[in-house]
Amino acid sequence: MIHSLFLINSAGDIFLEKHWKSVISRSVCDYFFEAQEKASTPENVPPVISTPHHYLINIYRDKIFFVSVIQTEVPPLFVIEFLHRVAEMFQDYFGECSEASIKDNVVIVYELLEEMLDNGFPLATESNILKELIKPPTVLRSVVNTITGSTNVGETLPTGQLSTVPWRRTGVKYTNNEAYFDVVEEIDAIIDKSGTTVIAEIQGVIDACVKLSGMPDLTLSFVNPRLMDDLSFHPCVRFKRWEAERVLSFIPPDGNFRLVSYHVNAQNLVAIPVYVKQNISFFESGFSGRLDITVEPKQTMGKTVEGVVVTVHMPKVVLSANLTPTQGTYNYDPVTKVLAWDIGKLNQQKPPNLKGSLSLQSGAPKPEENPSLNIDLKIQQLAISGLKVNRLDMFGEKYKPFKGVKYLTKAGKFQVRT
Amino acid sequence: MSSSSAFNDDKGGSSSIGEPEYGHDPASGGIFSSDYKRHDDLKEMLDSNKDSLKLEAMKRIVAMIARGKNASDLFPAVVKNVACKNIEVKKLVYVYLVRYAEEQQDLALLSISTFQRGLKDPNQLIRASALRVLSSIRVTIIVPIMMLAIREAASDMSPYVRKTAAHAIPKLYSLDPDQKDQLIEVIEKLLADKTTLVAGSVVMAFEEVCPERIDLIHKNYRKLCNLLIDVEEWGQVVIINMLTRYARTQFLNPNANESLLEEGTEKAFYGSDEDEGKEEKVEAAALVAKRKPYVMDPDHRLLLRNTKPLLQSRNAAVVMAVAQLYFHLAPKAEVGVIAKALVRLMRSHSEVQYVVLQNVATMSIKRRGMFEPYLKSFYIRSTDPTQIKVLKLEVLTNLANETNISTILREFQTYIKSMDKDFVAATIQAIGRCATSIGEVRDTCLNGLVQLLSNRDELVVAESVVVIKKLLQMQPERHSDIIKHMAKLTDNIQVPMARASILWLIGEYCEHIPKIAPDVLRKMAKSFTNEEDIVKLQVLNLAAKLYLTNSKQTKLLTQYVLNLAKYDQNYDIRDRARFIRQLIVPTDKSGALSKYAKKLFLALKPAPVLESPFKDRDHFQLGSLSHLLNAKAGGYQELPDWPEVAPDPSVRNVEVPEWTKCSSREKRKEKKVEKPFYSDSEGESGPTESADSDSDTGSGTGSGSEESGSESGSEESEGESESDKEEEEEKHKRKSKSRAKKSTQESEGSEPSSEDERKKPPKGKGPKAASDSESEEEEEEEESSSESSESESEGESESDTDTRMKQKTCASKPPPRQPKKETEMSLLDLDDFEPTPSPQVTPVNNFVSSSLVTDLEGLSLSDSALSPAAVSPASGPVKSYELLHRITGEGLSVSYCFSRQPFSHDPHMVSVQMQFTNNGDTEARNLRIQEPKLQSGMRIAEFPEIDVLPPGETVTMVMGIDFSDSTQAANFQLCTHTRKFFLTIQPPVGELMMPVFMTENEFKKEQGQLTGMNEITEKLTLGETCQGDAAIVQRVTSTASLSRVPCGSEMECRFAGKTVTSGSLVLVTIVTREQLVAQLTVNCEKMLIGTMLVKDILQALSQ
Repeated sequence: MIHSLFLINSAGDIFLEKHWKSVISRSVCDYFFEAQEKASTPENVPPVISTPHHYLINIYRDKIFFVSVIQTEVPPLFVIEFLHRVAEMFQDYFGECSEASIKDNVVIVYELLEEMLDNGFPLATESNILKELIKPPTVLRSVVNTITGSTNVGETLPTGQLSTVPWRRTGVKYTNNEAYFDVVEEIDAIIDKSGTTVIAEIQGVIDACVKLSGMPDLTLSFVNPRLMDDLSFHPCVRFKRWEAERVLSFIPPDGNFRLVSYHVNAQNLVAIPVYVKQNISFFESGFSGRLDITVEPKQTMGKTVEGVVVTVHMPKVVLSANLTPTQGTYNYDPVTKVLAWDIGKLNQQKPPNLKGSLSLQSGAPKPEENPSLNIDLKIQQLAISGLKVNRLDMFGEKYKPFKGVKYLTKAGKFQVRT
Repeated sequence: MSSSSAFNDDKGGSSSIGEPEYGHDPASGGIFSSDYKRHDDLKEMLDSNKDSLKLEAMKRIVAMIARGKNASDLFPAVVKNVACKNIEVKKLVYVYLVRYAEEQQDLALLSISTFQRGLKDPNQLIRASALRVLSSIRVTIIVPIMMLAIREAASDMSPYVRKTAAHAIPKLYSLDPDQKDQLIEVIEKLLADKTTLVAGSVVMAFEEVCPERIDLIHKNYRKLCNLLIDVEEWGQVVIINMLTRYARTQFLNPNANESLLEEGTEKAFYGSDEDEGKEEKVEAAALVAKRKPYVMDPDHRLLLRNTKPLLQSRNAAVVMAVAQLYFHLAPKAEVGVIAKALVRLMRSHSEVQYVVLQNVATMSIKRRGMFEPYLKSFYIRSTDPTQIKVLKLEVLTNLANETNISTILREFQTYIKSMDKDFVAATIQAIGRCATSIGEVRDTCLNGLVQLLSNRDELVVAESVVVIKKLLQMQPERHSDIIKHMAKLTDNIQVPMARASILWLIGEYCEHIPKIAPDVLRKMAKSFTNEEDIVKLQVLNLAAKLYLTNSKQTKLLTQYVLNLAKYDQNYDIRDRARFIRQLIVPTDKSGALSKYAKKLFLALKPAPVLESPFKDRDHFQLGSLSHLLNAKAGGYQELPDWPEVAPDPSVRNVEVPEWTKCSSREKRKEKKVEKPFYSDSEGESGPTESADSDSDTGSGTGSGSEESGSESGSEESEGESESDKEEEEEKHKRKSKSRAKKSTQESEGSEPSSEDERKKPPKGKGPKAASDSESEEEEEEEESSSESSESESEGESESDTDTRMKQKTCASKPPPRQPKKETEMSLLDLDDFEPTPSPQVTPVNNFVSSSLVTDLEGLSLSDSALSPAAVSPASGPVKSYELLHRITGEGLSVSYCFSRQPFSHDPHMVSVQMQFTNNGDTEARNLRIQEPKLQSGMRIAEFPEIDVLPPGETVTMVMGIDFSDSTQAANFQLCTHTRKFFLTIQPPVGELMMPVFMTENEFKKEQGQLTGMNEITEKLTLGETCQGDAAIVQRVTSTASLSRVPCGSEMECRFAGKTVTSGSLVLVTIVTREQLVAQLTVNCEKMLIGTMLVKDILQALSQ
């Protein structure tokens, strides 16, 4: 299946290679570079590239290209999904998935890759199993290791692979037993020029951080579970229970994990928390333009809207911007042509406004399209769909855990057309 | 840490390796000499006896490998450490070894013995890892060692080691394809493995080594379907893809005659389908005329049902795999469920989005209705990467229809203003496609595109011109003003393709714009030499056309252009010019063709069809690499077409697994480990599942409720089983067993149509025969007796023969307990006659056929020595089973039935009546039984050898088998003078007992002693045809060899029997409550027998 993997940074250096079958020369990456050159942005590199003898399937993540080499038919999503898992595993181990962290931990990376695939077929991709095999580096451990010469490789062979619940480590022990759940919802929306909603939907996830000793069996129930329309579960969730009773019953993995992601039933009207008034216009004469944006809170259910950022990808001819915000700061990057206005908290009484002129490149024709605005925002302690956790019960263990649920609403792909 | 410093030092990309690497390293500081020879320091470290130094060295070496640097010269030094105690060093050595063994084959052999030792380690994880590394070393010389190791590991106790063995198979195969046959054997063995851990890996091996051996899957098909949800996610993908192909070869197309379904009563269910080509319907209708109504194979249904929950997987690849399975296999009405999941995937990473959209684009051509509700999810954001935008556009275009076109066009309007020009061009193409496919909006689109002609961006204009050209071709006469407008554009537009398009348009429709066309040609003639080649060709074209229509004005111009072209650099243009000149300019030499020049040039051209590039991509399996590339990738397995006629579904039948098998504790523990998680055994899950199956087949009802019955039974059995664990385990096993059984039943029920057909003749015979004279009937009887062994489903006539035979045998060997049975006889009179026709006979026929049976009974009895006991107390319809088919038996066919007569030589044996028929041309000699292979406690009393069986003759023999009260099969060999056949007889539980006569009081007393865990009670709903005392008695006695116990109450039926071997009592009570509701109670000392009997009776009664 997966033959080899090359990690390539944005400068085009291959900084890591791993082969699971016979070695394939790194010159195969030339085809990738060719495709990369053709594409205007890294996102536009086609995920699947066909070369005379191989197929290259790649993902772009955290400024690194993960390029895998395939020789025979394999479902492309299979490879793509796996590569993302690899990236997530790096993130999990090193706190970030970056070129520097991978280079710093090259041996661990290599050991991880060795365990994750056998002959190109996934073997162990559960983080809990891998962590038993290869311990993640910590500052303390690396200091101890240099002194004592002990290793990061687990002394005991993992039993997780053999258990019914491969996602959970055995013999977990905590002094403080706690289970936290974050209900995070994102609003994806396209708002028309006139302010009408073209499309709006809510995508939610429940992320959990569970640090419980032993083998707890948790049940999470909701006040209004029917809101969740289309779900995808972590393998630990018992599907039948959900089908029958609409409760999430599971033996949790140890640590952080994503329990479910869901889509809110499309029939429910989505409350759009902000209203954006905008007017961007360019003039033929004088090579200038005018910009006027106001953001007002709307349908916030009594909560404050925070962390509001408006980003505008300006047309290429916009050279600079001379604007005055009534609140927050703005920044225009003339290289990437991105205007970012960081507003912060939204004030109910005095809606923030950004106004001023844009100067255009002289001689160039005025841009035809007005750029669309991307809005970013956050509302604490609110799930915009109204989803509420009812209770969390624990079975199988005697102690009483700390429990907590946090709600958060964010803007996902929230776009205002102008 | 040191590895990182090594990294940074080397960042400059210098090709010299290693020199400065260790200088900074505190750990290695003083040890080395300043000798700068390559890697000497590392060698020294590896040779030292400190683990920390070795580790340090290995880390650096691995870092070198990671960067793609050559470290092969260290091989001897590294390989020595393969037996190192330090586990991390060991692991890194493995990494090194796997990387370089191929290059240094001889040295690699040094390490083999270490792994061979590892293979024998008591720790399963060490065995597994030894096999893993051993199989990863690509050295041809060790192929035999690998083969041996794989074979051994395949039968290892640990499922994890077996999984590793499965992984090793493709490795060995790629190393030495000659091992294929042997590897297939291993694969076959591992496919039969029942653990989820192995399933995914072995199917992967199957796909890589022998994807064409679809026959290996048959026996494991149902198991794979049932295990699927508990297999790890990567394995799920592989299994689902494989099963898709499998299903395409084994089942019928569920959509082949959908039109029939739509017209029929199913309208309500299928009504929601819209768009389906009319031609297709007509075609389907034609097919339907030939075909029987479609009934989905229960196995097909099983696959669809078991994969559906996986649409909820977090793994995009799994979701996609299920989606493609539904797309390729599900009936049209059910495909819709995948749309939601696919739309969900589009929220994922852009790479996932890209692949999903490609597949959605293909799907949306065939099944537009499926994605229509999600139209808005495909709206494009300005931040999407271009490749995603273009794909979304493709989907939107595919989804466009009369109702939503206005919204889609409004969206397109915003897209046209985008800054991303490639995307704008794609949008214009999309508008063109919408315009061609939806007539209503053609004018609107055309107007919109014409407006774009004044766009400032040339690319936009050019693209519009190309699209307009195509649209105009459809109805040119109405749009001469647009053509004029475009003619003006030639002054400005520079994009060659657009210029060429305009010229072609003017040439083609020059009669609509007679004044402008010559002028355009004049201008073009002027700039001819500076034009691109495609434009030049079109100029020639235009000139030729004008010459033909308007030669007065354009003659000279044409001559001029042709002359220019004559000396063009491009030979295509020179050729074209020569060709046109010959054709249109009349000379003396010009041949017959010039007469037809006008016809040649001004022929009516068919309007172009604007098609999606994704059309017809669905002949590739969706979700595959080949589909994405629209080209066959290496190793791609074609998705086969549906078969015309479904292959025999019985190949998937599996022998019912036995409870007593795998009794060793070790194995039990393993099984416990794999207790499925999703379909967990928390009680409610079992019934839910069976409820599902009920709705499908109806035949599942009995077994479904039985499942819970067996569970409760085992719960009560605590006293017997040693511990809770074991009990649980048993429960699980039982469940799986009943599931397996259920599916067998389902498959039997799957061909009711064919069975019905087969049954019809005997049914029809019944009434007719009744009115006929007896002699005729007799003749028929004889006829049927001679051919009776040919098939089991002969039903009526055959069972008659059987009874007769049995009566013959009985007559000579009177049963020991005659007196008791005599009294019973009178009670059971009714039963004797009632049951004889096959159970499926409807009540209407019942009367006639039963009277016929009476006649027959009389007939047959008359030629045997009449004895009251001859009529066995429980002579239900005796089912005959095929033991040896005449094809496999080379003419010899053998069938057997349980005659329910005590076996004369040994009362603890069940007598099995075997009927040998020689259908061949030569006589069979020396028929005898040899080498019985029996479970412990079982015994066989062979029948006397048959010396000669002449062709066409039939001989009946009785043999006794002591099954020792279990339903395990008895295996033995049947020998003729030429051949041996391996045969198996498996008794239904009902045949393991014999009737006992009891009075009501005795019955109650015995029942009182067999309560608690020996009692199993089940509620049931009686089947339509199973009402009334008589029917119940008939059903029960035909299921189990029991005798009826007299009873005062009308609502109650009681039966008693005892097991043949141990003589344990079996008491059955059926209490009818209301119309169809009844309660079944079985009391039996032998719990297993009890539970199985409950199941069988339930099934018999609920049919």
